[in-house]
Amino acid sequence: MHPILKLVSQRLALGLLLLLGASALIFGLTEALPGDAAQAVLGQSATPEALANLREEMGLNRPALTRYFEWLGGIVQGDLGQSLTNKLDIAESVGGRLNNTLFLAFWAALVSVPLAIFLGLLAVRYRNRWPDKLISAVTLTTISIPEFLIGYVLVYFVAVKLGMFSPLAMINDSMSLGQKLNSIALPVMVLTMVVLAHMMRMTRAAILNVMQSAYVETAELKGLTNFKIIYRHALPNAVAPIVNVVMLNLAYLVVGVVVVEVVFVYPGMGQYLVDHVTKRDVPVVLACGVIFAAIYIGLNMVADIVAILANPRLRHPK
Amino acid sequence: MSDTLLKVRDLKIGATVYPPGEKPHDIEIVHGVSFDLERGKVLGLIGESGAGKSTIGLASMAYGRGGVQITGGEVWVNGRDILTTSYGDIRKLRGGEVTYVSQSAAASFNPAKKIMDQVVEAAVEQKKFSRKEAEARARELFAKLGLPDPDNIGERYPHQVSGGQLQRCMTALALCPEPDLVVFDEPTTALDVTTQIDVLMAIKEAIADTGVAALYITHDLAVVAQVSDDIMVLRMGNTVEYGTTDQIINNPQEEYTKALVSVRSIEHEEKQPTPEPVLSVDGITARYKGLNFDVLHNVNVELHPGQTLAVVGESGSGKSTLARVITGLLPPRDGEITFAGRKLSPDLKGRTREDLRELQMIYQMADVAMNPRQTVGTIIGRPLEFYFNMRGAEKRKRIVELLDEIELGEKFIDRYPAELSGGQKQRVCIARSLAAKPKMIICDEVTSALDPLVADGILKLLLDLQKIEDVAYLFITHDLATVRAISDSIAVMYQGRVVRYGPKSQVLSPPFDDYTDLLLSSVPEMHLGWLEEVVAHRKMESAGN
Repeated sequence: MHPILKLVSQRLALGLLLLLGASALIFGLTEALPGDAAQAVLGQSATPEALANLREEMGLNRPALTRYFEWLGGIVQGDLGQSLTNKLDIAESVGGRLNNTLFLAFWAALVSVPLAIFLGLLAVRYRNRWPDKLISAVTLTTISIPEFLIGYVLVYFVAVKLGMFSPLAMINDSMSLGQKLNSIALPVMVLTMVVLAHMMRMTRAAILNVMQSAYVETAELKGLTNFKIIYRHALPNAVAPIVNVVMLNLAYLVVGVVVVEVVFVYPGMGQYLVDHVTKRDVPVVLACGVIFAAIYIGLNMVADIVAILANPRLRHPK
Repeated sequence: MSDTLLKVRDLKIGATVYPPGEKPHDIEIVHGVSFDLERGKVLGLIGESGAGKSTIGLASMAYGRGGVQITGGEVWVNGRDILTTSYGDIRKLRGGEVTYVSQSAAASFNPAKKIMDQVVEAAVEQKKFSRKEAEARARELFAKLGLPDPDNIGERYPHQVSGGQLQRCMTALALCPEPDLVVFDEPTTALDVTTQIDVLMAIKEAIADTGVAALYITHDLAVVAQVSDDIMVLRMGNTVEYGTTDQIINNPQEEYTKALVSVRSIEHEEKQPTPEPVLSVDGITARYKGLNFDVLHNVNVELHPGQTLAVVGESGSGKSTLARVITGLLPPRDGEITFAGRKLSPDLKGRTREDLRELQMIYQMADVAMNPRQTVGTIIGRPLEFYFNMRGAEKRKRIVELLDEIELGEKFIDRYPAELSGGQKQRVCIARSLAAKPKMIICDEVTSALDPLVADGILKLLLDLQKIEDVAYLFITHDLATVRAISDSIAVMYQGRVVRYGPKSQVLSPPFDDYTDLLLSSVPEMHLGWLEEVVAHRKMESAGN
């Protein structure tokens, strides 16, 4: 068996195992919370008889392990359960929300990843000169300010003062792509600012590290231009660390957008999760937790696999 | 028109240094060096580390490594002073007119790109050839340099070929754009002796065939004598002597050159074996975890008290693995080790403190074998505390004694490793191992990283200390000159087996087995024409190919 195939399948198996562990952890933690779904439905003033009846009805008296495997079995078949508060099928209501979140994350990534790598290359090309310092200063400033503050500042200046873009990022299926993009422009800007510094600094550091190597000296002594040296000889060897940090930030774009979604009242997963946490809707929280975990683990697995594929020693064994 | 290709006049090169605790300041590392190189000729630049030979070589490409800067003088290539031309012109010079072969091809090839892409890159970039022409030329050069499968080897990645092959690929890379001058910077130093010969011969023939001029930089006078027309001896940034190869080798004028020519003059009388060996290695077979083959096969050797056993072999022969087995770092699969009359536990964990004290080790890289944040006194004092519970004045007295024994003296006691030269660092490591009053010391390539004259000093010191302390050495090395200088008995290792073992006089006298013959004949000798003679008389392929 080709070593790459072996390594990749190992990573995949590990990813699945990790996901299983995460689901157990999420289930266990919600179990450990005081009260249960019956209590949440009936409220604090419920009589013990009513609680006991509802528990019996919902099957909450059975052992936790049985309920865990039932829940897990449902997930594997695409059944995420039913919301306690509005009795709707979770998979259905999550579907549209997840699409919206992925839509936002996709456009934020499309802007921020190439921009971060380009700025990183630029910073290396002009290292320790003013372009490098300017790039570092600006990106570090934007990462240091809390995202809700950036969000409100942008809303105030761009949307209110300049009258560009909508302050509320409402989207629905009847809008055209252009309208949708116009609507999400501000949250995309905020997200880009938040993730840019991390990816740009990592690109810069990874490439600078490679620039110390003897093969970069060889490239210099071939009379190549600086940009060709960086692009042809340094970048291919810096792919693994860069992809790792890009994937971490992509995961953040999907999982960590809660605050930004709330600021812009964007109908995504974050809003959905926050709403149902306040209503103590345990099945929804469980479902969101598992989806977030799957996305996080999936993206990191992709990073691992790309790093394996980027290694010529693994790709072309002796 | 004159035939002078490279004309260097009063070249001065400086660098900014950042010593710990001091303000950064500029120093001069090359102090006004001048020479001429005609088309098609080879000039050897020779000297110890710090002589400035690589720096001068790179200056002919207007390149300074790290913070190095050319501060004065003139460098004329093809009739123009490259120190005053624009950066664009310098880029055309590099990779076009002048190319470079580095010491470590393994590090100088980009691991992520195919060999062919890298070999033709400069030629294509400098618009000397089209990609297709350059590839054809590269394949021709691969064949000329004796690489296997020259039509396809370019499709491989650097890690897929051996060290000796990669060094030849680097030579092809340098020759591909049809340069006027190639700078060879220690191109064979990192190779095993038997591989070195092949690469040296390939380089020499390629130079002759293409009519290119070359600067050949090395610390090994015997090597440079084989390839160059003229030799310049450098020391600490100054020219010591500059003349034809014949004159430098056969009639050196300066004391320093004479010392270089006659280096390795240690005489060591072979001692007779004693009835009771201090170490006996019986039938050791060992393999590393995760490998499915043995790296040592049934190794049997003995070391007698106060004597030296040299274990000699090339990289991959298993000599360092043997040291790991003896120290307990790698428990063997089979066989046993008897030390000072008692059986040693195969595993480090099972050994007593006495076992550890009596068997010490000195390493190749003295820099990394010492804690950079500890003073020399602390480093040498540690085993005194650990094994003998010495404290205060008593400990200090013993440290000073040891410093005197290694010819450094009390003034070194408060210095840090960073303030010492390479040779001084190795001396401190020797003192540290002696502090434990061992019966035996394993010396793993202890002189390989040092300049020849410094290495000679270390070997003399080790022999003197052997007389004083009556300590036995297991001396691991790839260098046969070192073996001759210090050993009483010798074990020659090849592919995990001891192929020849006995007293020095017997091992180094004919009749030889094929491998020992190859190894002995591969050691460069300081006379002209040696390379051609030895290549003509070889019976066996190099181990590294």
